[in-house]
Amino acid sequence: MKTAARRTRAKERKASEKYRLEGARALFLYRAMVRLRTIDERMITLQRQGRIGFYGACTGQEAASLGAAYALEPTDWIFPALREQGVMLLRGYPLVPFLAQCFGNSLDETKGRQMPSHPASRSVNQVSWGSCIGTQLPQAVGAALAAKLRGDPTVVMAFSGDGGTSTADFHAAMNFAGVYKAPVVFVVQNNHFAISVGRTRQTASESYAVKGVAYGIPGVQVDGNDARAVYAAAKEAVDRAREGGGPTLVECVTYRMGAHSTSDDPTRYRDPKEVEEWARRDPIERFKKSLIEEGIWSEEQDAALRKELLEEVNAAIATVEAAPDPEVETLFDDVYAQMPWNLREQREECLAAIAWEKARGLSSGH
Amino acid sequence: MPVLNLVQAVNDALRLEMRRDERVVILGEDVGKFGGVFRATAGLYEEFGENRVIDTPLSETGIIGTAIGMALYGMRPVPEIQFLDFIYSGYDQIVNELAKMRYRSGGQYTCPMVIRAPYGGGIKGGLYHSQSTESVFIHHAGLKVVVPSNPYDAKGLLLSALRQDDPVLFLEPKRIYRAARGEVPEGDYTVPLESAAIVREGDAVTVIAWGAMLHEAVAAVDRLAEEGIRCELIDLRTLWPLDIETVLGSVRKTGRAVIVHEAARTLGLGAEIAALIQERAFVYLEAPVKRITGWDTPFPYTLDEHYLPRAPRIEKGIRETLDFVA
Repeated sequence: MKTAARRTRAKERKASEKYRLEGARALFLYRAMVRLRTIDERMITLQRQGRIGFYGACTGQEAASLGAAYALEPTDWIFPALREQGVMLLRGYPLVPFLAQCFGNSLDETKGRQMPSHPASRSVNQVSWGSCIGTQLPQAVGAALAAKLRGDPTVVMAFSGDGGTSTADFHAAMNFAGVYKAPVVFVVQNNHFAISVGRTRQTASESYAVKGVAYGIPGVQVDGNDARAVYAAAKEAVDRAREGGGPTLVECVTYRMGAHSTSDDPTRYRDPKEVEEWARRDPIERFKKSLIEEGIWSEEQDAALRKELLEEVNAAIATVEAAPDPEVETLFDDVYAQMPWNLREQREECLAAIAWEKARGLSSGH
Repeated sequence: MPVLNLVQAVNDALRLEMRRDERVVILGEDVGKFGGVFRATAGLYEEFGENRVIDTPLSETGIIGTAIGMALYGMRPVPEIQFLDFIYSGYDQIVNELAKMRYRSGGQYTCPMVIRAPYGGGIKGGLYHSQSTESVFIHHAGLKVVVPSNPYDAKGLLLSALRQDDPVLFLEPKRIYRAARGEVPEGDYTVPLESAAIVREGDAVTVIAWGAMLHEAVAAVDRLAEEGIRCELIDLRTLWPLDIETVLGSVRKTGRAVIVHEAARTLGLGAEIAALIQERAFVYLEAPVKRITGWDTPFPYTLDEHYLPRAPRIEKGIRETLDFVA
């Protein structure tokens, strides 16, 4: 028995070494996390100033969001939830069209069709997300199943919050994934709140990870504010999926340090002491501390990085903000592959109404 | 030429397209080994195997959501919803995800798929095996809705639907799954979407119908023909985007229009067609546009034949429209 236990521990150690993030790769992830924090802070300010309409920040969850996605290959697919926008940047998406999505203007690759914080791009295999919680989960299973049927080595990562686990789609997705052994990794961001509703009103289950048991899916709970721990758990799950071992549910225990969105006021339902306590576990501060302790990072480098990132973000915002809105005609594009007669007629009617307004000096622009 | 019924024609189209295009996969409840509760997928599991004819857990949102993911990834899924009445657990996936994917991603992500669902009354199915709710799907931009009324069209329309890039809700009138029989060519042919068929030519009144009710309308129109009243009968075939030119061309000729559908009247597709006619052919109209439809009640079990607009009620309505004098 003793020998067996020792052997298991040795195997565990070996596994964790295998998935340990070191050196330049650790610094790359850290930089992406700081970059996202910088963007989130700037965009919230822009929203307060009325320059964008809405924003959903990732603040406090950078390790859980980016650490998990960092375990993927570029050919793998992401089905995001609200706070996974930063994953696109981690995977090389340029900053200008990324920020343009928040302005919904002509530089936005998705043509100003969605609210801010809903970007998508085929170039980084980040699928378009709606706003209806949980719907992306069965879709992720479908993409994973398609990859499996085609014999592609693709792994799909599907994100959801703790609120998302209460939806019918979460159940359907977990069940289908288990039945088909689909190469999908479900990452549940347990940030303790679905807008204002806390954990005890979301589930009576002892954890979110344990929910995997009912579907025949391994579930793991990980410290979501420890970037390396999240990465290791996600990497193990991604590798298993790629090798044909099927789905995994990874619960990242984290905390939404800010509001749900710019439309929310969390002081009405949260204890400030709890917020302070979690602020001390800020994933970026923790990661920085360990990188400095390991001697591969310094406070001086950190200050320089933050300055550089802020300049980069401000320059991108200036570029994006100068761009015009999409042309009015584009309102009618992309509903169908070919525009049907009713939309052709309505496009003409819309343009005629605008011309009529303009001719009478009524047009205030938009 | 082989004579098939409507469900056999659907089966023929699926088999043909699965042989032609390996991206096509079927998924749904009981579609595999069992071949579907109406036998629409009979024999396909045996020919194409479990990776292309996929039995699923019982969850419409799971079926549609999974199909969306497969389509995003580049496959051409054909989910079967066992009865249209059961589709609503997948309604969010259909109207908020499937219908809007192309638009909200700026054209980057598309979901070509055909959702097949038996629909409509007349099989003693009560409230939950009878409903005809096509218009709620038409109201959401981004979907096409197709209804065949005969085996030839069923095969040709389904092949067209499978070969274009928009999501299609393909509603199969189960009342005539076996009753509607006709010659169906072997091999490949298509019937274009968005194109109505003129089933009877005439100049007295335009009658517009589709699906199982087309056959009731045929009976009514043929009855009137015995008296020398020549009605023009249009089988709409694609409910949306509908073939507006064929509808208007006929109404401009006849000056009178009757719309027949088994869906409830209020906000049924007949309301939209009536509005389109009065907007675009107002000066040609000699009578109000008439709707002969299911009632604004849930679908009844025992009294179902009184719910459906059957031939005598259609004939009465046509006569009233013909007799109208302003």
